[in-house]
Amino acid sequence: MSFKIAASPHAHQRRTTQQVMRWVYMALIPGLLVQSYFFGLGVWVQMLLALGTAWLSEAACMALRGRSVSQAWQDHTAVVTALLLAISIPSLAPWWIIVIGTAFSVIVVKHVYGGVGQNLFNPAMAGYVLLLISFPVQMTAWPVPQELALYSISLSDTAQLIFTGFSNAGYNLEQLRLGIDGVTMATPLDSLRTDLAQALTVSEATNKAMFSSALGGIGWAWLNLAFLLGGLVLIKVRVISWHIPAGMLLGLLVPALFMSWFYPDQSVGPLLHALSGATMLGAFFIATDPVTAATSNRGRLYFGLLIGLLVFIIRTWGGYPDAVAFAVLLANMVVPVIDKYTQPIAYGHGGKL
Amino acid sequence: MTDTPAKGQAVNEATVSHSSLQEYKELTRQGLWKNNPALVQLLGLCPLLAVTATVTNALGLGLATLLVLMGSNLTVSLVRQWVPKEIRIPVFVMVIATFVTLVQLSMNAYVYGLYQALGIFIPLIVTNCVIIGRAEAYASKNPWQKALYDGFIMGFGFTLVLVLLGGIREIIGNGTLFDGAELLLGDWATALRIEVVQFDFPLLLAILPPGAFIAMGFIIALKNIIDQYRAARVPKPLKEVTRARVTAQ
Repeated sequence: MSFKIAASPHAHQRRTTQQVMRWVYMALIPGLLVQSYFFGLGVWVQMLLALGTAWLSEAACMALRGRSVSQAWQDHTAVVTALLLAISIPSLAPWWIIVIGTAFSVIVVKHVYGGVGQNLFNPAMAGYVLLLISFPVQMTAWPVPQELALYSISLSDTAQLIFTGFSNAGYNLEQLRLGIDGVTMATPLDSLRTDLAQALTVSEATNKAMFSSALGGIGWAWLNLAFLLGGLVLIKVRVISWHIPAGMLLGLLVPALFMSWFYPDQSVGPLLHALSGATMLGAFFIATDPVTAATSNRGRLYFGLLIGLLVFIIRTWGGYPDAVAFAVLLANMVVPVIDKYTQPIAYGHGGKL
Repeated sequence: MTDTPAKGQAVNEATVSHSSLQEYKELTRQGLWKNNPALVQLLGLCPLLAVTATVTNALGLGLATLLVLMGSNLTVSLVRQWVPKEIRIPVFVMVIATFVTLVQLSMNAYVYGLYQALGIFIPLIVTNCVIIGRAEAYASKNPWQKALYDGFIMGFGFTLVLVLLGGIREIIGNGTLFDGAELLLGDWATALRIEVVQFDFPLLLAILPPGAFIAMGFIIALKNIIDQYRAARVPKPLKEVTRARVTAQ
């Protein structure tokens, strides 16, 4: 009987990158359904555009780098990048927004750094930040939740809006974003931010139609709950570990809790923080990117805490209503330091016993 | 030339027994391509990245740097016999600061619009490492004609990269070229403004600082690709057989 001496790790999952990525986008489905229920079918059109662009850019990069083009699509990482970007941007944004963003994500953020597993920054979020600081108008024009909208938008309207900028009846996006009260509607976080800056109290600021039936704003609360559900599934099947989401939620909610204790009128409560904007999508799907996050479990916890804290800081005092993308990119830069100081001590190699 | 030359750049510049013309040719090659201050030495990146949002700004700052570089190289070379080695750096800095002040006051007088557009980056030329680098590495060891030419060609190489970067960023971020050229060249230059592309929504990132870093990275990558391509085209010298012959010829 012969004993084979194999190198570590000895216990490992037999899961390919493709399978992991497939789990990730399966878990996005509840969120996608909720998003298309509340904000219209635009997100599916954006997804198709993003997937097409991602495939073309990935293939072009692989060809330029002298790799097999047919393998470009195999690991499905570009699929996840494309999907996350398509979900993050306003679902009725013009077609070139998602094309520019996805191409930048795949070509500059991923392949310039060396392709899968080599990138420093989260591709989807870097693409998002590029779009946000370059095209602020288009990137903040979120459609109104359908039940609050003055006009309803059909699928053909959606496609028309994305490709030509006008619906079938000739309305442009600004007109379609009118709420039932005839006022252009901002996202809940945006509206809260503006109102708090005008010295309204939180209870006055949330006394609006968009906050009427759900904490965190109509649509947004359910969207966040759906992403939470998908994220819990991912933890259950062990595609992601709980450290990053828990860290991020703690980092966001604990300061929010303290702030709302001490300044109940001027600060947004923890529940509102948790259920609005991109909180859950960020915590479970974006920050958990295995390439750009910290490696050890303790490091992941710190990484998540840092993201949560940055989100809280930027949302509260910063210049933008939501901050997940900026927070993730900033934390990505810190990852090497986190990894250096949280490297677990191998058995027999020093450290205290 | 008692000190050992620094690796890379100084070796090529050492005043070996070239014929004079060849030496100027070599200086040109070094300044424009092989040892370009912006692309290879990566010196003076702060102004390079900060003010290249338009071609006009880039050209203005490039010319200012060029003038300072020529003046400081000339002066440092002329006084090099009398400057004790121990205090050469303070002397160089004072020489450079003098020229920067001259350029700054002249710009304030004659191209006020550009002076305002460039702002703090004109006085900051004094801290530009290209200038003190050339003073230390070249001008303090060579006769004034060569030092002057070195200052010119290095400054010219720097300006070229600035203008290239400014052009790329201006086209992507604004859709124009030579926007605001009248600030530098006088009123007739408004005619220089070229509308390259009409963007409804320009890519603002290109004229923000991150755009400068990204564009600069691509320019350096392009230079490296060209270098690799050229190196691959040069036929490799035939391998000489070094085996000793044992039989008689």
